[in-house]
Amino acid sequence: MFVGERDPFTGHQTTGHEWNGIKELNTPVPRPVYFFLITMGVFALAWTLLMPSWPYGSGYFKGLLGVDQKQAVAKSIEEATTGRAHWMTRIEEEDLLQIQSDTDLMHIVREDGRTLFGDNCAACHGANAKGNKGYPNIAQAPMLWGDDPQTVLQTVTVGINGTDPNTRVSQMLAFGRDGMLTKDQVSQLAGFVVSLSDPTTVTDNNKEDMAKGKDLFATNCVACHGNDAKGIVESGAPNLTDNHWTYGGGRGDIYQTIYSGRQGHMPSWGKRLTPAQIKIITLYLLDLRKQAVGPVTGGAS
Amino acid sequence: MFNFHYRLERNAIGFVIAIIVVASIGGFIEIAPLFTIDETVEKAPDMRVYTPLEVAGRNIYIREGCYACHSQMIRTLRDEVERYGPYSLAVESKYDHPMLWGSKRTGPDLARVGGKYSNDWMTAHLNNPRDVVPESNMPAYRWLLRNQLKTDDLGEHLAALRAVGVPYTDEMIANAPKDAIGQANPDTDLAAGVTERYGDKTDVSLFDGNQGAVTEMDAVVAYLQVLGHLTDAAHTTPQNEVE
Repeated sequence: MFVGERDPFTGHQTTGHEWNGIKELNTPVPRPVYFFLITMGVFALAWTLLMPSWPYGSGYFKGLLGVDQKQAVAKSIEEATTGRAHWMTRIEEEDLLQIQSDTDLMHIVREDGRTLFGDNCAACHGANAKGNKGYPNIAQAPMLWGDDPQTVLQTVTVGINGTDPNTRVSQMLAFGRDGMLTKDQVSQLAGFVVSLSDPTTVTDNNKEDMAKGKDLFATNCVACHGNDAKGIVESGAPNLTDNHWTYGGGRGDIYQTIYSGRQGHMPSWGKRLTPAQIKIITLYLLDLRKQAVGPVTGGAS
Repeated sequence: MFNFHYRLERNAIGFVIAIIVVASIGGFIEIAPLFTIDETVEKAPDMRVYTPLEVAGRNIYIREGCYACHSQMIRTLRDEVERYGPYSLAVESKYDHPMLWGSKRTGPDLARVGGKYSNDWMTAHLNNPRDVVPESNMPAYRWLLRNQLKTDDLGEHLAALRAVGVPYTDEMIANAPKDAIGQANPDTDLAAGVTERYGDKTDVSLFDGNQGAVTEMDAVVAYLQVLGHLTDAAHTTPQNEVE
């Protein structure tokens, strides 16, 4: 330090710079700054030694603590799997009816199933499983492909019109758009289909149209929906005589369905979820159906 | 300690050299990790590129700011792996320029959303989320169904991506607009070219439910349906084994 002038008021040295008689004080850096500077330096050095850090030619220094996030997550998942094992293995091994009759296990199914259903199924079928226009009410309506536990399990696994090779396939043809029926015929047919679940729509004025609609139904629809229009579970064709409608039960909706056809799509969950998770979802849903008996509210009806 | 600095300050050339040395330490620290990129990015021989329609959808995803509420990065945390599937690998965003990992989740992570919901659902949900999820707070993107997709410049988008390392062929670039239309119109002559150039796994569908005109909805749904499906690397690399 070769600028040696001392300021008489503060006792500090000046830098020797002077502007119109005002001299710049050379106040020393406060001591805490030195403290933090050194501490941070030591910490940084220690941290790079403990954690994965410095790269070299063909790799990087893995750190003394051996921290590896990929291994950490694998370990915590393994722990979670072990923690669940006492009931998960039972769900994997026991058959659906057996699990249904076990109150303790069903308690767990309700808890875990709620989460699984909420994350995977609720987007389409709704959090209460009561569906939405285009997505069936699976809490209350009869299942299109059957509601026997093993059947539901199969439907969830392979999906409907999904990507699984064994997926369930069904399609409502576009009778109007593809020219199989004229617009008048579609309209007559729609009127008749409405009357199947609501006989009060038949009046003296539309008797003729209804009769025509009935004939059209016999020639075009019975193959899938059955002679009695009550649907055929094996082909996923819905019952048209009840009050459950996937795509709406108004005459306009039914006209639209007959005119341009329908082909719903349910993903093949077997590719995304484990067999045990699918079992839980199935059991959760069947349990929900037992509790949801009652008048249909909301949904697409 | 500061005596050295006093002296350095009074030597112009020395001071300039010292500044350059110190600044380049910062630069080196940022660049050095790239030397290990071969070890960081996994190998994925089955990795396929985005089709022109998916690139268009990705551009719309960026335009609409979807990344502000949706991440595309499943972190190495138990709850994320159990909910969304295997954690994201670096190789999965190899062809993402820029990457859309995001950091904020008002909505769920989308890294593996492809195939989780049907095209119909995606279309209905984007058009108005509350039509299918009453409690949703996502905005409605109704214009996607109304806006016709701009396809004529897709070849240039592909060429730009090739310039930064995505292996598009000349044929792919030349046919980009046609392939975009073909992917959204199955059962047409144009559709055959898409699977021929981009592989059999390419999803050729009526994404927005309508044959004919290709809308922005077609592009966005096609993009969302491919998320997590460019490569199977995350599913084939063992993740659940403790080494």
